[in-house]
Amino acid sequence: MLASPAAHAELLLTGAGASFPYPLYARWFREFGKLRPEYHFNYQAIGSGGGVRQMTAGTVDFGASDLPLTDEERHAGLVDLPVVLGAIAIVYSGAPDGLKLDAVTLADVLLGRIRRWDDPRLVALNPELRLPAAPLVVVHRSDGSGSTLVLTDWLASASPHFAAEVGVGKSVRWPVGVGAKGNDAVTGVVSMIPHSLGYVELAYARQSRLPVAALRNVAGAWVRPTLAGIAAAASSVTMPDDFRATLTSAPSPEAYPLSAFTYLIIARHPQRSDKGRAILDFLWWALHDGQELAPGLDYAPLPSPLVPRVAAQLRSLSSGGPE
Amino acid sequence: MKSPPTGRHRGDQLYSGVLTLAGGLVFVLAGAVVAVAARIASPTLSGGVWRFLSGRVWDPVHQIFGALPFVYGTVVTSIIAAVVAAPVALGVALFVVEIAGPRSRTLIGFFIELLAAIPSVVYGLWGLVVLVPLLRQWIEPALSSTLGFLPLFRGPPLGLGYLAAGLLLAVMILPTITTVSIEVLRAVPSSLSEGALALGATRWEAIRMAILPFARRGLFGAVLLGLARAIGETMAVTMVIGNQASLGASLFQPGYTLPAVLANEFTEAAGPHLAALASLALVLLGVALSMSALARILLRLTGRRTESPDASAA
Repeated sequence: MLASPAAHAELLLTGAGASFPYPLYARWFREFGKLRPEYHFNYQAIGSGGGVRQMTAGTVDFGASDLPLTDEERHAGLVDLPVVLGAIAIVYSGAPDGLKLDAVTLADVLLGRIRRWDDPRLVALNPELRLPAAPLVVVHRSDGSGSTLVLTDWLASASPHFAAEVGVGKSVRWPVGVGAKGNDAVTGVVSMIPHSLGYVELAYARQSRLPVAALRNVAGAWVRPTLAGIAAAASSVTMPDDFRATLTSAPSPEAYPLSAFTYLIIARHPQRSDKGRAILDFLWWALHDGQELAPGLDYAPLPSPLVPRVAAQLRSLSSGGPE
Repeated sequence: MKSPPTGRHRGDQLYSGVLTLAGGLVFVLAGAVVAVAARIASPTLSGGVWRFLSGRVWDPVHQIFGALPFVYGTVVTSIIAAVVAAPVALGVALFVVEIAGPRSRTLIGFFIELLAAIPSVVYGLWGLVVLVPLLRQWIEPALSSTLGFLPLFRGPPLGLGYLAAGLLLAVMILPTITTVSIEVLRAVPSSLSEGALALGATRWEAIRMAILPFARRGLFGAVLLGLARAIGETMAVTMVIGNQASLGASLFQPGYTLPAVLANEFTEAAGPHLAALASLALVLLGVALSMSALARILLRLTGRRTESPDASAA
């Protein structure tokens, strides 16, 4: 930057990536902008894969992803930090509230092995509900998405059939059902087609007021998606030093299995540029003050033992690697 | 007009140079798009173009990539659109040119422009909120109870699917076909219809025997333009087609089109998946070109057949 007499030079920070945490990030940019009006943010919610690609190409100043980076991406000079948690909810329509599903049964529903609501296996899990005698329509994400990855990861770990036929991925081949693009479209289609069932991020499930299924976790307990359930999942797994953890098999009886971290991605040597230093400022704020804004938007804050560890990583980044 | 190679016409030469450059830019742009797509696509296409085109399974996890369901969906939806929209568009165009007074003409023209100006997301939302429930509750059950003996109209009525996408596309390409048809019909010399009327033809006979044969080629071009838009339409189709790679005769089932799968999966794709998507982009180009080639051949064939009886009737 040119030496300028003004202490606060205007700085535009561009970012791209995951759409799932976007509502929270937008709030963070606004609140942080009040404290540091010289920083301006421009974030494009183009998807996790796009965010990583743009960061690798160096076209944006920070990225965001629903997945931790791969080793290859880390070697390319990128760092990922968990900033907040979210959950995926199973929503449905045309059936009474209070549905219970375990991973194997849900896998068979999504595989098309269970095609009716009054299937004996759904009835066996939900003896107290009057399930409709109607065909079940599966609604899935048609666009590549971290939600699909978290869900398929959970189902494949429980059902060998699911692992073989569908597998784990952001875009998978669903044998039955209809696809809709994005969380809003999935909620839209589920509310529109009676007797359908789909998966969306928690915030969308809350806003749509669709009934939400309780899931059975590894401890064998039935858990509905709540911030407490996400927090229980996050604090009951041991977080490795590279911050790569899956929460689908979190051991706590309160843990909601479809919980996941979401990550912000920065360059390995942020202290070398004004923008990099600005992003470190922002991350520090997001990690501390920013966490308080998360629950209001249906995201779970990081578990408190994790915050100092991420902060330590931030400090080591700002004191800088080899110059 | 050729300019002699003297200094006096330097302005002319400059002018023609600039125009040549502008013309050449089209080739450069089209060539660059194809070249970049082909470069990204090469890992997929080197595994066999025919195998890719005829593959029925699209499975990014197991890296099995077949284009057939998407090609099928693209062709089916755009044919539904053209078949539904073309007669309506021709009717509107004939009404505007031959029958309507100046006031209703401007009014209709205004509404056609309005239809053309609606963004495709809005069409998609309309499709999702109005058209799909209508199809699911009324139209599809009615079709399957009356025409259910045809494999086209069987299966559970979901609303989302080929039929919804095709009908939505029909509405979307209506303004294109109508506007071009109006221009084509306006270009028909009025002496033709006046002559036919003077020979005692009714208005309908004048349209059928004098105007339509003369405008046939242009009207076909109008439908082709509409078809091209239908093949490439992405957003609205993605919202109503159901996004499920499938092959089957029923128009009620959810399907997928080439632009829709590109829009859905491109952002998160990497490696072989990305290569397969780039190959789909090339296939889309191929489908658009071959549909228009096919339409041209059809036009020639029907032209030969209809011209002789017309001549004998006249």
